[in-house]
Amino acid sequence: MGEFLLVTIQVDMHDRLALQLQEDLTERIAATRASGVLIDISSLEMVDSFIGRMLGNIAGMSKVLGADTVVTGMQPSVAITLVELGLSLRGVRTALNVERGMDLLRKSHEDGRHGGPG
Amino acid sequence: MNSSSKLPEVIRRNESDILADWVRQQVATGAAGGKIREGDAREQSRALLSAIREGIETGNVSDVMAPSWASAREFLTEMARNRARQGFTPIETATFVMSLKLPLFSRLRQEHLNDAAGLAADVWTATELIDKLALFSMEAFQKTREEVIVRQQQELMELSTPVVKLSEGILALPLIGSLDSARTQVVMESLLQQILATGADIAIIDITGVPTVDTLVAQHLLKTVAAARLMGADCIISGVRPQIAQTIVHLGVELGDVTTKATLADAFRLALRRNGLTIAKA
Repeated sequence: MGEFLLVTIQVDMHDRLALQLQEDLTERIAATRASGVLIDISSLEMVDSFIGRMLGNIAGMSKVLGADTVVTGMQPSVAITLVELGLSLRGVRTALNVERGMDLLRKSHEDGRHGGPG
Repeated sequence: MNSSSKLPEVIRRNESDILADWVRQQVATGAAGGKIREGDAREQSRALLSAIREGIETGNVSDVMAPSWASAREFLTEMARNRARQGFTPIETATFVMSLKLPLFSRLRQEHLNDAAGLAADVWTATELIDKLALFSMEAFQKTREEVIVRQQQELMELSTPVVKLSEGILALPLIGSLDSARTQVVMESLLQQILATGADIAIIDITGVPTVDTLVAQHLLKTVAAARLMGADCIISGVRPQIAQTIVHLGVELGDVTTKATLADAFRLALRRNGLTIAKA
């Protein structure tokens, strides 16, 4: 993946595992000096407010560590649930799938290198 | 309770005669205004009378919800449903059941020739029984009508939220009618399914057909936009009429960073531009 990290979240993420993920991920971002993180949730069919907040947290932490985050593969039912819970994950970028997510990261990475668009 | 009632016996012994009188009476009074053929009326009358005889066999002449009256209830429910669907009026449906009283009373009068008290008691028993059966069929009739309404409401909701693919990666969602929370659910589901299916990254939500946009409607729109965003699609709201624009500003509705355009055409042009395309003359 070069300078990008790919995280795939499977179903049944319970509390302790989620916190573990946050820790592991932040450590890896720092260790590899990744500039982009892709969190793929295409296997998630249901979410609750906990997972929703966790996604927001991970995105926030990655940003602080200098990495862009894109959440990919959200299913319609999950999107509706998050919106109904009032968690629209503002500030977290999203893409339909991993491929598009990578394009997004690559584009913003290039923009960053050349000092912004244009 | 009514162990001395002669009703069960009267019906059992005179079933075919009562049926004949009843059908003749229905034909003579032009029951159901000609909506039902004589053959069908005869068959339905026969079936109901037979079911009543069955129910009354155990001596229970009043509790129509008891197990012995099951086939009568089944028949009445079926009959009422059919009549509701075929466009019979509620009165026509109830009258059919109630018209059994007259032939029944004639038989009872013959049976209680010298017994005024007995006759009065049995006439009352028969009245109560037939009234209950008529009311039961009315309820079934009502329920069928209500089911039709509910189903039509559902269809209406689904019909009025189509999602149209305008071009590669661009979807349009023309909303017609008011946007309540129930419809918002349907709208969100259709839109997100289509985003998934077509891989669209821009959705134009056209609200030309939405009569008013107050804070509640705006909330619903923003929810839909947020949900589409979570799936990686950006939204443009188009079809904002002048009055709508005024209302939004007067109410202080916050549209956040959602792009809005007055017409669908403008929104489409913007969407194409964002995807690096333009419309050129051939």
